[in-house]
Amino acid sequence: MSRLAAAVALTAGLALASLFVGMSHVSLRGILAGQELDWLVLVESRLPRMLALLLSGASMAIAGLLTQIVIRNRFVEPANTGTMESAGLGLLVMTLVAPGAPVIAKMAAGAGFAMAGTALFLAILRRVPLRDPMLVPLVGILLSGVIYAGTAFVAYRFDLIQTVLAWTQGDLSGVLRGRYELLWLGAAMAALAWLAADRFTVAGLGRDIASSLGLAHGRVVALGLAIVALVTAVVVVTVGMIPFLGLIVPNIVSLALGDNMRRAVPWVAVSGAALVLACDILGRVIRAPYEVPLGTVLGVLGSGVFLVLILRSRDRAA
Amino acid sequence: MIEISNLCKSYGAAPVLHDVSLSLPRGGITSLIGPNGAGKSTLLSLIARLIAPDSGSVTVDGLDVTRAPGPVLARRLAILRQENHLVARLTVRELVGFGRFPHSAGRLTPQDRAAIDRALDYLELAPLADRFIDQLSGGQRQRAFVAMVLAQDTDYLLLDEPLNNLDMKHAQAMMRLLASAARELGKTVILVLHDINFASCHSDRIVAMRQGRIFAAGTPAQIVTPDLLGELYEMQIAVREIDGQRIALFYG
Repeated sequence: MSRLAAAVALTAGLALASLFVGMSHVSLRGILAGQELDWLVLVESRLPRMLALLLSGASMAIAGLLTQIVIRNRFVEPANTGTMESAGLGLLVMTLVAPGAPVIAKMAAGAGFAMAGTALFLAILRRVPLRDPMLVPLVGILLSGVIYAGTAFVAYRFDLIQTVLAWTQGDLSGVLRGRYELLWLGAAMAALAWLAADRFTVAGLGRDIASSLGLAHGRVVALGLAIVALVTAVVVVTVGMIPFLGLIVPNIVSLALGDNMRRAVPWVAVSGAALVLACDILGRVIRAPYEVPLGTVLGVLGSGVFLVLILRSRDRAA
Repeated sequence: MIEISNLCKSYGAAPVLHDVSLSLPRGGITSLIGPNGAGKSTLLSLIARLIAPDSGSVTVDGLDVTRAPGPVLARRLAILRQENHLVARLTVRELVGFGRFPHSAGRLTPQDRAAIDRALDYLELAPLADRFIDQLSGGQRQRAFVAMVLAQDTDYLLLDEPLNNLDMKHAQAMMRLLASAARELGKTVILVLHDINFASCHSDRIVAMRQGRIFAAGTPAQIVTPDLLGELYEMQIAVREIDGQRIALFYG
């Protein structure tokens, strides 16, 4: 418990640092002295950005853990199960069909498409029984690629490539007060996953064991994937796709603590938040005054860590 | 009492069970034996509502297994199938703890904890309780799963080849443990066994299956005979009585 407290303290430190990094100068002295400009930047931009990082990092990492538990594969996350790309397609369709719809309606459509995309992925897995667990994410990456290609094609035809890029590229430079609050809904969904943690862990034991324990396996898996779809849609519509986060954070926590969801969720949430905070700060300082988007930083870092995880698991299996 | 009536099941075009009817009284150990593909595991899965029958019905103490609510049935009947592949990393104690899920829905009470400790002790897993399942040998893992279904504390215990992966010492210990669970705790244990001598020495009843039908059912003395086993497995099997136990000889 004290180790978790230390992790929370570290994350809080990163969150605090995040408030004071960036182009506009915000200083602690200015804040204390009540300088108007400092306060304006803090309240309108820095604080929303910091909260958006915390919320999206924690909820995306939990969504990754939940995906891995209910699909029973270590190497899946919303970004390689067709979920995230389908959410993007849903947002595009809403933009075309009902351009004036409020962002919550767009998010709902994104979540609906994300559910359908995940269901399609599961249907493919059922028809193509795979011996090697590594092939499961590969199939997901193919499916995601196809869905994204379709999205890009439609977007190109309607001159909406810019809009689609905003969703595919996880980037927090545009987060301001009034443009991130939907993330609280995503975080609430992730908290729901924690409340039902035991059910999900039991579902993760497999259909037979879960049924023997009296769990309605299919229903719990569907609930889990619905939560994942909602969280994903919320994050995509507000900050854009964040790759690898849902993959590497749960895997690293699992190595240390195991996968009992009730125990793992707080760690996954805190580590996910800390990781995106660190990556976002890095992206802001690495070539200041320009910003490297969060999605790019995590893409570079995450793929490296992912490779290490795969090689490790190969060693263990051998 | 488990009542099986007119049960049929096929996978695609291949029929696996033909019109199986059987009643299994409460208590004791019942072993299902027979050659590969006889339908033993399918029958066990049907009794435990893991798969749905094409026709026919199964009742457990009057409860229709296809209609009874999952949690209600889960407090009466537990099943462990052969292949249990865990993706999630859990410790032995956590896994066994999930055996209490039908009782506690995750909030473990002191009674739950006591049941978990008993199950761990029963299977000599206490020293390994805090290890992760993926750090165990095949036999230890098998015992951890059996401890989980034991912690579920149901009247009926269905185990599909529980001796898989166990060495001689642990296979014998497992059979003695199941026998004592049946005798002392009044549990009804139903097993699929490949080793007919374990079935002969420890069962109260043996049900022999062949080609999706019940071939014969009775006490070990009635079933473990050269003629019956010879016809069941289509090979010559001698039977000797050694120290009061009927042993089948088919190694030579």
